[in-house]
Amino acid sequence: MVTIFFFIFAVTALVSAVLMITYKNPVYSALFLILTFFSLAGMYFLLEAQFIAIVQIIVYAGAIMVLFLFVMMLLNLRQETRLPIGRPFQVALGSIFALILLIQLFFIVKVGLTVSKFGAFPPEKINKIGSVQVIGGELFTNYLFPFEAASILLLVGIIGAIILGRKKLPNEM
Amino acid sequence: MVPVNYYLIVAAILFALGVLGVLIRRNALIIFMSIELMLNAVNLTFVALARHLHSIDGQIFVFFIMTVAAAEVAVGLAIIISVFRLKGTIHVDEINLLRG
Repeated sequence: MVTIFFFIFAVTALVSAVLMITYKNPVYSALFLILTFFSLAGMYFLLEAQFIAIVQIIVYAGAIMVLFLFVMMLLNLRQETRLPIGRPFQVALGSIFALILLIQLFFIVKVGLTVSKFGAFPPEKINKIGSVQVIGGELFTNYLFPFEAASILLLVGIIGAIILGRKKLPNEM
Repeated sequence: MVPVNYYLIVAAILFALGVLGVLIRRNALIIFMSIELMLNAVNLTFVALARHLHSIDGQIFVFFIMTVAAAEVAVGLAIIISVFRLKGTIHVDEINLLRG
């Protein structure tokens, strides 16, 4: 059962990722990217990472992609969709390099990893306590400093976005 | 029970597709979305290996990656809007102000 769902999610994620980078219209690309994010959230459910799956849907498929679509509606991109994807030379060279990278990654996966010592949280234990409680406990004890640093990072992001959006450009003075 | 290698292979293909998108597309928004795709491929690797290694640290790393991605998207899209206001296009071949 899990295997069937895994293949459904994997095929959906990969096919919509391919469609995302091949569609000319950025709005369709964004919608296919949302589909990829939902499939990844499904895979997180299969991996019993419920908290991450929910956050994936809320933050990625919700907030981030809404921001993308909002910017697309804001910009007038009509004439851009008529341009070709890239120069043929560029597409050929990019495909070759991406293929080389993929083969390298396959080799890394094929070599695999030897596990000498397992961590303190086997899946059964996480399921018994609850994924959210385990992650929350770790975040507020061992990872307290990175957690606070992340909040400062978000503040910097907010301020940066506002300043970049407010700045008057020379041709608008 | 799906072997962890299957998840890693899916993540590898997704990452390569993200790289391909960055290399062949000339629309700044789609390049940006490809970067998000690569981040998500890495997240999948983290979650799959966290489960395989009986650890929770991978999921916490994914949490932080999502935080960084959210901040990155906010600032990056603000930059794209600024570029569009300046040049009237987000086609990266035409954004060549640094060229002498």
